[in-house]
Amino acid sequence: MKVIEVTNLIKIYNESEVKVNALNGIDLGIEEGEFTAIVGPSGSGKTTFLNMLGGLDMPTAGEIRVGGTDICGLSSSQLIDFRLRNIGFVFQAYNLIPVLTAIENVEFIMQLQGTPKQERETRAKELLHQVGLGDRMNSRPAKLSGGQQQRVAVARALASKPKFVLADEPTANLDSKSTENLLDMMEELNRKEQVTFIFSTHDQRVVHKARRVITLEDGLVISDERK
Amino acid sequence: MNTDLKLAWRNIWRNKRRTLITMASIFFGVLLNTFMTSMQEGTYSKMIDNVVGFYSGYIQQHHPEYWENKTIDNTFQPNDSLYRIIRRIPTVTAIVPRLESFTLMSFGNNTKGAALIGIDPEKENRMTRLSHWIEKGTYLQPGDNGILLAKNLAKNLSIQVGDTLVMISQGYHGASAAALFPVRGILKFPAPTMNNLGGYIDLNAAQEFFSVPERLTSLVFMVDDYGNVSQTRQQLQRELGSAYQLMTWDEMDPVTKNMIDADRSGAYISKGILYLLVGFGIFGTVIMMIAERRKEMGIMVAIGMQKSRLAKILFYETTLIGLVGVFTGFAISYPLILYLVYHPIPITGEAAEAYEQFGFEAVMYFSSQWFVFARQVLIVFLLTLTVYLYPLVKIYRMKLTKALHA
Repeated sequence: MKVIEVTNLIKIYNESEVKVNALNGIDLGIEEGEFTAIVGPSGSGKTTFLNMLGGLDMPTAGEIRVGGTDICGLSSSQLIDFRLRNIGFVFQAYNLIPVLTAIENVEFIMQLQGTPKQERETRAKELLHQVGLGDRMNSRPAKLSGGQQQRVAVARALASKPKFVLADEPTANLDSKSTENLLDMMEELNRKEQVTFIFSTHDQRVVHKARRVITLEDGLVISDERK
Repeated sequence: MNTDLKLAWRNIWRNKRRTLITMASIFFGVLLNTFMTSMQEGTYSKMIDNVVGFYSGYIQQHHPEYWENKTIDNTFQPNDSLYRIIRRIPTVTAIVPRLESFTLMSFGNNTKGAALIGIDPEKENRMTRLSHWIEKGTYLQPGDNGILLAKNLAKNLSIQVGDTLVMISQGYHGASAAALFPVRGILKFPAPTMNNLGGYIDLNAAQEFFSVPERLTSLVFMVDDYGNVSQTRQQLQRELGSAYQLMTWDEMDPVTKNMIDADRSGAYISKGILYLLVGFGIFGTVIMMIAERRKEMGIMVAIGMQKSRLAKILFYETTLIGLVGVFTGFAISYPLILYLVYHPIPITGEAAEAYEQFGFEAVMYFSSQWFVFARQVLIVFLLTLTVYLYPLVKIYRMKLTKALHA
């Protein structure tokens, strides 16, 4: 079953005097439970494509359907709510809320969803145990290593039970051991719980783990390889 | 604690020093403004008390032409029904009769023109505490045939307690008035202008002197509360009709009223500058807060926080900084002002002389009326709301992809 369907996706930036064609007509489908890496050189359109999939930016033309909903037709406020209920985000720089503890960061997204306190506490603890941070629940981000923060970010992304998780260069700021641990953890979540992951990455270790690798160049898909 | 409030509270302490400096600027702003407002209102209140309590009362009733032409001919004769009407008005707490006119007072080779005021010694004393200002001699007894003289007048006449004063004036309908009055006491008022005013004699003696038995130039009314003056005057006017003229203290003494209004306007400027500084203090902090957290705010919206909720958190942050500053200012200023209300600051030296030359008591009085404090809370709250417009606009105009890469 397709989680995401992208049809003739075009993005042209008009902000400067020179028009920049970031995406030039992408057609793509992502199935539920896929572990996909989007790769390509700088300027190939990876981040723009991920922003479009995440509803963070709007295409100039084309259609993006997530779970059957055309997200391009949603208002700004509807889109925020759609993201909250359907998409998990993991950012390169972790981007946890610095004044909240690990468990509060994970609970926060469920709190936005209106999940009852008891339920969100139980789920947040469960997720933090799953990512191996059962003993650091009450630490604030500043007291955690980069790898640990990224694990909290993964737990946060999963807390809302999203249809898929978008991870923009998730290993870029991590050392090799942390990268390996994080990838193993995400792979396990994908295998056991059928969580759909889509990464944009330059990291070959991520590419090796991915079961599908989509390569972009000049805003077009130049290869789509399934392992 | 509510999550948004918890987030806001923790956010404001992310940069403790900056928050404390901002709060301190609000604190000092509130403290200084409360102090200034309290001193101003205390001084105004004392000035009004001086005018009202020392002499004019809140409202006076006259013959319709008396105020324009203050002669003994423009008097009126009160009767029982008039007193009954006035006593029915609950806000009137005292009715004091007076007969006033101008006389020539003479002792030895000295002659001075001065006001002569016929009073009911007991009623007058209840309202103006006249006996309190006796410096030498004794206060008038009912039916007394003596006179009380203001200090400067007695000094200019070189007259002492026990001496006899000669008085000449014009009585009712051109009759001549002349009499001798032994000096019973010398009055020293705290308001220096009052010390030049004139002399007080018993009302019956004054009516006899001016040949106006049972007539008065004014009935002076005290009112239970300053706020009820206007309403009481309207009610009196309705009940008494056009047969009498009714005047409030500020109509009788527009100089004091104008002085208060002018002083208030001047103070608005200095207080406005203080508030502007406080406002810029908060604004600076808010600008830095927004600049530092642009990416974080982008993340929050990206993961699913509505902009309205983010705006609410920033509202809490701005308001919390304002409120902590304002309530700390209130907590310190309240006991300080209360102390100063009961222990006004005496002014000494040349400043005191300057005060007295302008007819003021050389004392700084303070007011602890609720609005002195409430106004600060309201103004800082409004300032905070104004400053809050900045993050509000920033949030709603935020471009998500740009904020995420800030």
